[in-house]
Amino acid sequence: MLEIKNLHARIAEDGTEIIRGLDLTVKAGEVAAIMGPNGSGKSTLSYILSGREDYEVTEGDILYNGESILELDASERAAKGIFLAFQYPVEIPGVATMQFLKVALNEQRKYRGEDELTTPEFMRRVKEAAAELKIAPEMLRRPLNVGFSGGEKKRAEILQMALLEPKLCILDETDSGLDIDALKVVADGVNALRSPDRAVVVITHYQRLLNYIVPDSVHVLYKGQVIKSGDKSLAHELEANGYADIIEAAA
Amino acid sequence: MPAVQETIDQVRQIDVDQYKYGFETKIEMDKAPKGLSEDIIRLISSKKNEPEWMLEWRLEAYRRWLTMDEPSWARVKYPKIDFNEIHYYAAPKGTTGPKSLEEVDPELLKVYEKLGIPLKEQEILAGVEKSKIAVDAVFDSVSVVTTFKEELKKAGVIFMSISEAMREHPDLVRKYLGTVVPQSDNFYATLNSAVFTDGSFVYVPKGVRCPMELSTYFRINERNTGQFERTLIIADEGAYVSYLEGCTAPQRDENQLHAAVVELIALDDAEIKYSTVQNWYPGDKHGKGGIYNFVTKRGDCRGKNSKISWTQVETGSAITWKYPSCILRGDGSRGEFYSIAVSNGHQQVDSGTKMIHLGKNTSSRIISKGIAAGVSDNTYRGQVSAHRKAENARNFTQCDSLLIGDKCGAHTVPYIEAKNSTAQFEHEATTSKISEDQLFYCLQRGIPEEQAIALIVNGFVKEVIQELPMEFAVEAQKLIGISLEGSVG
Repeated sequence: MLEIKNLHARIAEDGTEIIRGLDLTVKAGEVAAIMGPNGSGKSTLSYILSGREDYEVTEGDILYNGESILELDASERAAKGIFLAFQYPVEIPGVATMQFLKVALNEQRKYRGEDELTTPEFMRRVKEAAAELKIAPEMLRRPLNVGFSGGEKKRAEILQMALLEPKLCILDETDSGLDIDALKVVADGVNALRSPDRAVVVITHYQRLLNYIVPDSVHVLYKGQVIKSGDKSLAHELEANGYADIIEAAA
Repeated sequence: MPAVQETIDQVRQIDVDQYKYGFETKIEMDKAPKGLSEDIIRLISSKKNEPEWMLEWRLEAYRRWLTMDEPSWARVKYPKIDFNEIHYYAAPKGTTGPKSLEEVDPELLKVYEKLGIPLKEQEILAGVEKSKIAVDAVFDSVSVVTTFKEELKKAGVIFMSISEAMREHPDLVRKYLGTVVPQSDNFYATLNSAVFTDGSFVYVPKGVRCPMELSTYFRINERNTGQFERTLIIADEGAYVSYLEGCTAPQRDENQLHAAVVELIALDDAEIKYSTVQNWYPGDKHGKGGIYNFVTKRGDCRGKNSKISWTQVETGSAITWKYPSCILRGDGSRGEFYSIAVSNGHQQVDSGTKMIHLGKNTSSRIISKGIAAGVSDNTYRGQVSAHRKAENARNFTQCDSLLIGDKCGAHTVPYIEAKNSTAQFEHEATTSKISEDQLFYCLQRGIPEEQAIALIVNGFVKEVIQELPMEFAVEAQKLIGISLEGSVG
């Protein structure tokens, strides 16, 4: 589903190279975890995949379902099924969460040549997804992310993911700022979306989240490259021994 | 290219030539020669068959105007206006006053149809769900038609052009005209008093709730013509009226002057709600042409527990100079001002309100939302004052500015004055930018850039849009979207 080939990318403004020859393949149905120390390029990778314009790809390619997505802007990539759950979800004052969801869903449908959802059908889907994530209807009437607690923000991200039904989900540090109960709710939400035709990329600093969202593969990112890949046992190894040994072995 | 750079470039290329109401209509016009003199004023007065006292009133204003200077305190820049290069009277040929719909020049009706104004009563009546709106349409200097007159008459509401009112209800006009905005109020109001050509007159009698929304559409069509309309609305004791005003003009290279005066009077327990959607031609992308909108609007809460509420959506005009105000004279009276001012391209806006608390237990509320894009300048200027006898005066003011791009400016200039120690005034102001983070977040959810901007801006102005009558709220949202088209890359 996702093939990243020898990717090189830099910050557009000052030319700093962040991704330096990254290769990664994630198949449909797979949950891939990307781990790495601070500054290894994890969040940058999530932005580049989703099409943020602050970064420039200088070499290599990103294939999504066999096609390069480098020429597509962020909204087109989203409509094609790439979803990024933000580490820091952004506040949109004055725009009710419900309204935002409706606009996003219908814009994506429009792009794909589908009819807009009727209001009752939309309401039914939102209510159902919200209940799964223990989101109160009252929260849906509040402006998106404005005054939300850390846990509410992350649940709102997963709610959007559930409604938009993306094919490639990228979770950027979704566990940050969550207590254990909130973490479980979020992880349950993600697990419910696991399916044979959907891939999930979990970007995380810690092993903790991976106890709840168990990955099929684990990749260690360091200085913009994948320096080691393995199965879920790699995550436990990192938890026990830290990154130093692997970094040394790769050097 | 980083998004920031692209945004800046887009803003530079901004195209305000997207004005959708910029067509001109060829209609034979009856025009006064250019320039202003006592003879021109006599001509205007005689064209309108006005009573003698009205002519005297105009001449008095004119003589005073000759001694006055143009105000220069507003944060706007424009070349000196040559008041002798303007036609002060222009009317479609053969129009001496409003007629029934059947007699109106079909060309004129087509203009209003193009503008989307529901002039034809039967069409409105056919639309079951739509609420009824009575319209007074003003074309250059004269009112061409007023709809729903008969139905309003049954309720006792007088709604007609002010020229007509002067002939049919001279006592009412004479009693109230100039009592809120006196002849000598300011340079443009005084000019208006001398040369005003038409406008609307509304009188809602005691205890009557006006059965429908009243509306006026103003259209400047002729070249080198000034539009000087005068609106006078009186809500007698316990009456209620909601009034809407909309404006458009053709695209022209030269600037045109619009200097209106609006006076509202609310007696005991009366309420007037006045809404404006102003979309005069803003000029082209180089700042050429456009309307100078120099307007004096003021409401007098003359009676106890009366209420006046101004709601405005300002997207047009090259320069806007406008401060719809409330004089809170009656004890327990209330004034409200809800404003959205959008500026793009080279537009300059200096707008706000005055809340003058004179009576006891008076309250006022100001919500102002300024949105600046392109190289425009957007200033909120507001005054809140409590006079010595204004025990327990209350005001809440909130001024928020939103900047799109980095070549525009937003300014807030509040004047607060309390001569009574029991007054409580609150003022909040914020300035923000649509951040790249917000835009990216929306894009990532599949919302394309233009829609994302519209969504964020509509969130920003929501509090004010809610104050507009339903029909106007949708129109206003669309208008704001159109005004900001192409403002961000």
